Amino acid sequence: MIKHRLRGELNRWHSLRLRTLVVMLLLCLDTGILKAQPSEFMEIAPGIYLRPGIQQNFASHNRGHIANIGFIVGKQAVAVIDTGSSYQEGLTLRRAIREITALPIQYVILTHMHPDHTLGAAAFDQDAPVYIGHAQLKDALIRRQTHYLDRLKEVLGSTTEGTRLVLPSAGVEVGRAVRLELGDRILELQAYPTAHTNNDLSVYDRNSGTLWLSDLLFVERIPVVDGSLLGWLGVIDYLDQSEAKRVVPGHGPVVTEWKASLADQRRYLDALLSGIRGIVRQNGTIEQAIEQVGQEEKDNWLLFDEYHGRNVTASFVELEWE
Amino acid sequence: MTTVSNLKHNKVVRKIVQISYLTFLFGSLMITTLSAAETDGRWHEIKTSLFGDRAIKDGEDVIGLETPYRALDAAVVPISIESKITQNQNNYIKSLYLVIDNNPSPIAAVFHFPGKHNWQSLSTRVRVNAYTDLRVIAEINDGNIYMVNNYVKASGGCSAPSLKDPAAAAAHLGKIKLKLPKASNLGDLLSTQLLIKHPNSSGLQFDQISRQYIPANFIRSIQVTFNDEVVFTADSDISISEDPSIHFGFSPEEEGILKVEVKDSTGRTFNHSVDLPNQEKG
Repeated sequence: MIKHRLRGELNRWHSLRLRTLVVMLLLCLDTGILKAQPSEFMEIAPGIYLRPGIQQNFASHNRGHIANIGFIVGKQAVAVIDTGSSYQEGLTLRRAIREITALPIQYVILTHMHPDHTLGAAAFDQDAPVYIGHAQLKDALIRRQTHYLDRLKEVLGSTTEGTRLVLPSAGVEVGRAVRLELGDRILELQAYPTAHTNNDLSVYDRNSGTLWLSDLLFVERIPVVDGSLLGWLGVIDYLDQSEAKRVVPGHGPVVTEWKASLADQRRYLDALLSGIRGIVRQNGTIEQAIEQVGQEEKDNWLLFDEYHGRNVTASFVELEWE
Repeated sequence: MTTVSNLKHNKVVRKIVQISYLTFLFGSLMITTLSAAETDGRWHEIKTSLFGDRAIKDGEDVIGLETPYRALDAAVVPISIESKITQNQNNYIKSLYLVIDNNPSPIAAVFHFPGKHNWQSLSTRVRVNAYTDLRVIAEINDGNIYMVNNYVKASGGCSAPSLKDPAAAAAHLGKIKLKLPKASNLGDLLSTQLLIKHPNSSGLQFDQISRQYIPANFIRSIQVTFNDEVVFTADSDISISEDPSIHFGFSPEEEGILKVEVKDSTGRTFNHSVDLPNQEKG
């Protein structure tokens, strides 16, 4: 089932890629710049550009380019969605925007606190944009800034010079969606109660019916629980009502059959929930839960070994208070 | 004040001289040498502050320590300590020190036992900021000190030793749970879990915009008594995870009341108790 569906997604992925390559090639010819490597950016819907993240762990060989990042172009302005994990990655994103449009970069939307999404933000300071995120993003970043910057230096070393934390200048409250006007294009920003983190934000583009969920949805790559397991399951129920035509996950390919991807994610999180509840009821320990819970999901996800134990640990300390 | 800064200054000068010498000798090996020297230096300082110049012996036959090789969630690293000696009133572990060398506040907790209970094992959960040695030092009632230590690798990616949801943590602050085995007889060693809802937050984070630190809010002391006799007390710090959990062994010889009293850094006190063998529902 899953494999079959995956193949469908991959086909779509490839056809999108092909279209993008052609677009990029034409662009290159048009501007007279022919680079050794084609840009990694693809247009997934009219005016919506995505740089797919590499489905790997944060490491020097992928320069931290692991998250899906991109931008949306209106008639008057551009909004960036997530900025990558370093100043350099942010600059690459900015260059890609400038290859496509000279319109002002008015908004930089940060979908949540994680460093692979937020640490490239300083590259846009020259545009003086509104940095906007969940109302709790600022506090979450302040609490983690030293750790994030230290880890970045550890993994990527001096290649990340210039990287610093940018705190959002505007916040979106849960239950109070914010609209950004880009010129004949309205983006709806929605903040969620604690799920993947305590500061998740989605972006909906009405024109194309594209819902940029970022890390509220992981496709192919194992979801990471860094907020609340129960909260996330609640948010999944809510998202299931959406009628979006396509969804951009934080990691993994853009999906049009996205409810199936959402269901995959729910199945994994449900396995954590029921497995850990059983062990908590028997006064079991985190170590037992790591060994026993959710192992049947192992072959369904990339990076399972790297993140599953961590998910069990984080969920265990949440569920033992039920 | 002057003396302290002079001392520090001298230390720094000495270190620079040492490093220059090492650089001269070993060239590119310098970086490795420096970081190792700094780690050892940290432990040396902690050791001196806790025990002065008293000798610390290898504790392999006295204490067992289980830690994960890699910290999966840097905010919640489970550790288990086992007493390898049979404890009685003549021979018991008086104090147990839990030290995480490379954390901002390395002394995570100090447990004190009156020697009346053979607790056998004790587990808790800690924050781990960086690759570090994690040590358990046991002081026996005869004055001997023993140590075991494990190396713990910090977790990769986005795992940070921070609160996941400060708002939720604040909402339930001070709730306490005692989880005991469902059925037991008097004299049995009961594996008991104490859970405290508390952010146990460090307050080390500096807000660049408001130019202020997030205020610290952590548990300073925990006392567990049975019929008003101490089972153990603990002085704790910010290296203990959010919502602290302590698993401990304890053998009640009679019916009675197990009580917990927790005090935090802001002056609040939280209490909880259960009747034994009539337990609360886990």
